[in-house]
Amino acid sequence: MEDKDKKIVSLHLKLMPYLEKYGILLLLVIMILVMHILQPDVFLSWRNVTNVFKQISWQSMLALGVFMVIVTAGIDLSVGSIMMLSLMILAVVAKAGAPWYIVVITPLIAGFLCGLFNGLGITLLRMPHPFIMTLGTLYIFRGTGNLISGGTPISGFTDEVRYLGHGRIDLQWLGLEKSQYLPVSLVLIAIVYIIFWIFLNHSKTGKWIYAIGGNPNAARASGINVNKILVIVYSLCGFLSGIGALILAGRTDSGYPNAGLQSELDAIAACIIGGASFFGGRGTVLGVFAGVMIMGILRNGLNLMDVSSFWQQVLIGSIIVLAVYIDVLRRDLGTRK
Amino acid sequence: MSSTINPLLEAKGITKYFGTITALENVNLKIHAGECLGVVGDNGAGKSTLMKVLSGLYKPSAGSLFFQGKEEILESPRDSQNLGLEMVYQDLALAGNLPIGENIFLGREPTKNLGFIKLLDFSKIKELTNAHLDKLKINVKSADQKVEELSGGQRQAVAIARSTAFNAKVVIMDEPTAALAIKEVGKVLDLINSLKKTGVGVIVISHRMDDIFTVCDRVMALFQGTNFAEANLSNTSRDEVIGWIMGKK
Repeated sequence: MEDKDKKIVSLHLKLMPYLEKYGILLLLVIMILVMHILQPDVFLSWRNVTNVFKQISWQSMLALGVFMVIVTAGIDLSVGSIMMLSLMILAVVAKAGAPWYIVVITPLIAGFLCGLFNGLGITLLRMPHPFIMTLGTLYIFRGTGNLISGGTPISGFTDEVRYLGHGRIDLQWLGLEKSQYLPVSLVLIAIVYIIFWIFLNHSKTGKWIYAIGGNPNAARASGINVNKILVIVYSLCGFLSGIGALILAGRTDSGYPNAGLQSELDAIAACIIGGASFFGGRGTVLGVFAGVMIMGILRNGLNLMDVSSFWQQVLIGSIIVLAVYIDVLRRDLGTRK
Repeated sequence: MSSTINPLLEAKGITKYFGTITALENVNLKIHAGECLGVVGDNGAGKSTLMKVLSGLYKPSAGSLFFQGKEEILESPRDSQNLGLEMVYQDLALAGNLPIGENIFLGREPTKNLGFIKLLDFSKIKELTNAHLDKLKINVKSADQKVEELSGGQRQAVAIARSTAFNAKVVIMDEPTAALAIKEVGKVLDLINSLKKTGVGVIVISHRMDDIFTVCDRVMALFQGTNFAEANLSNTSRDEVIGWIMGKK
């Protein structure tokens, strides 16, 4: 009997790291299966799957940015506003008749500068917590966005500007039908996520971001310039929000005052569902992607089933609590020796 | 023990003011290769301030530091690390979420070039970590184990391993056994002894007379920011050293 117990325990210990790494993917697969059973004709259709990816495209950028910030044990509440401000700047520049390559690059620069502003504020002004700085800029950036656009939507961009958010990669050469295309935004998500996965896991700076989240004093004692790394992290978060703005411009063909309203909360939710720890130092890029997908699929599936958006809110909230509770249980099991 | 003419590290006339407070006044300290110096003193005697001056965290208001006979001005902990002066902090300064190997090389990770980008060389980190842990006879399950899964003694061992991974000549340890279970204290003291054998000069700040009298060759006491007393271990006793801490000779 004892031998059997030992075997179970050792199997358990062997499985744990995988479960910790890939458990969230399991949840994602289960959700996909459930949705498929509930909506067998529609859910896994080409059209619907590409739809899901198009819907999560810009959120996935915000979530990735917020994730990096959360790894440092920080928070960025301003990503929705950064995206809106970047979008408005893009719209104003586009309306002013700038060539497409200028229009495309403006939200990226704007987003980066907003993030830099956050990072410098947090470190130079020695804000007691990033929550405060980014809560401030949540208002500042959205207000600025409305100031420069006059608070009204600005619509109509060229195809080049809309390419990332609206472009299609034709797959007819593979013998597929014309409706079976690949959204450019899906390819963009894949590229950006792979780049950031490499950055966070295989570069010195990435490792230091995790170290800062684990123990900022250890990082400092190791000669790491913690403030510099934080500024880089918030700047990259802003930059990703800028990419989000460019995607959104393509999708909606418009800059509008309510863009990205409360999307910082969606981004945080996706990170938490994906297993990132609010105390920093923990979480994976794959987890964030799964978190974004889970939220996207949930919304999409509930829409397909004609469930009211009020119920969607209730369900998403419940999933956040449930996901973290499962995480707590998992950690309890993992530390039992 | 090898003893050279020049001490490895010598601090002369170190004075440190914080505003109107004098934390250190004209303090001298030296450490030779393969020697262990115990630094004792009551809270507020200036031990940590002195160590922070030695590790480059604080700049002294007056006085100078000589490393192997040459005067050095330390602008940051990085400068002292480059000289081979390492500090093991009381809170251990390890990132619990990272594996042992990545903690040991934190901030100084080996990389490999992949085209124009530099990526972390995980296999080299692991290889160097295993070799280094073997050299110090530190037993852990694997270099990939996260530090938060280790016991207090193992963490202290990792912190010491970290301080000696880059050919350290002087290692300064702040209360290395304070947070440890009794059975783990011995292992850490053994580790200090094996460092001495490799020619490292070790400075141990400790409240525990057992530690001082087990590993140190010499002990010095600070009192109210000044050198109060100093002696070779063979010429003093526990009671005398305890007296020094209280300011009695």
